Amino acid sequence: MREREDEWTDLMRSAISGDDAAYHRLLKAVTPVLRAAARRGLARAGQPVDQSEDIVQDILLAVHLKRQTWDANAPFAPWLFAIARNKLIDALRRRGKRIFVNIDDFAETLPGETPEPTASPGEVTAQLQALPARQRDVLQSIAVDSASIKDTAAKFSMTEGAVRVALHRGLASLTAKLRDR
Amino acid sequence: MDTDQLIRTLTADNAYRARPIGLALMLALLAAAPISLLIFFAELGVRPDVMTAMHNPFFDLKFAVTLALAASAIAVSLHLSRPEASLRGFGWWLLIPAGILVAAISGEMMMPQRTPMMTRLIGKNSMACISAIPAMSLPLLIGALYGLRQGAPARPAVAGAVAGLLSAGLAATVYASHCTDDSPLFVATWYTLATAIVASVGALMGKRALRY
Repeated sequence: MREREDEWTDLMRSAISGDDAAYHRLLKAVTPVLRAAARRGLARAGQPVDQSEDIVQDILLAVHLKRQTWDANAPFAPWLFAIARNKLIDALRRRGKRIFVNIDDFAETLPGETPEPTASPGEVTAQLQALPARQRDVLQSIAVDSASIKDTAAKFSMTEGAVRVALHRGLASLTAKLRDR
Repeated sequence: MDTDQLIRTLTADNAYRARPIGLALMLALLAAAPISLLIFFAELGVRPDVMTAMHNPFFDLKFAVTLALAASAIAVSLHLSRPEASLRGFGWWLLIPAGILVAAISGEMMMPQRTPMMTRLIGKNSMACISAIPAMSLPLLIGALYGLRQGAPARPAVAGAVAGLLSAGLAATVYASHCTDDSPLFVATWYTLATAIVASVGALMGKRALRY
């Protein structure tokens, strides 16, 4: 487990120095761990575990938008689990449940127990529809149609810079909508 | 949008770099400072005898206390903006200004005084102090919260209260140049009360503004 967490730290360091492939690998690697912990949290609060994917997406968005608060000299896992715990508590509170979430829920997840998502998550998709048209189009093009930034720019006759701005703003306003719903 | 699609989208945004929080906080405070200074110069202004007052160590100690409060609260604010951080091991920073104040009070106690203790404590500017410091703090507090929104504090209300301390420390530094009450007893009473008001407002505002 120690090894796994060291690998995450290395991947995050590469990611913030501009290595997109490392960032992709990191997010793929942490997702099953977050999913298992979210399911455990929901189960303990007596909530249906099939809502876990919404929580996982919430956590991933926060990780992405708050990357600058991670200290590159510190291990990545405690930072990740602190965000995950915060988001899980938020999600349970929104469902009217107050529960103590133990940070070990995240740290102790073994790589072996990595359930696949059961229900498709609806919250991000629903909030996506409420975004300004430009942001929604760009997000949809990149997320759903798997278009590159370059192709997206060509499709909407925008500059690549404008696509990048719309993409980032879209992710930020998506997160704000999820938080304030 | 399934999670793989979300991850691909986040990866596409990897090139985006947010401002470091220290820089964001500094810029936001610089933007808010002119409003606080405007309130100060329009309503109060520097005391006329400032040149002679500067030779009074108790006048100078007011700045030591308020600047220590501002500096330690800035350090704690930046620390608390990290999701895994707590006040533990860092909260004692906030005791530095209190320590200076206690030392100043003991110093004053040891010196012969012309005016009785209660007169020095109540002073002449108590009402100005507890209204001007919060009024000048408010623009700074809003600026500080705006800058700190880049962060991810585990407890937004606590982070907001510390942002309140930070803005009260800066506002009180400017206010101290107006106030003719230099006794540390006055500072310990009225500056502290004003700071507590700002910290409470900061906690209430931070609770909403600093959620992430």
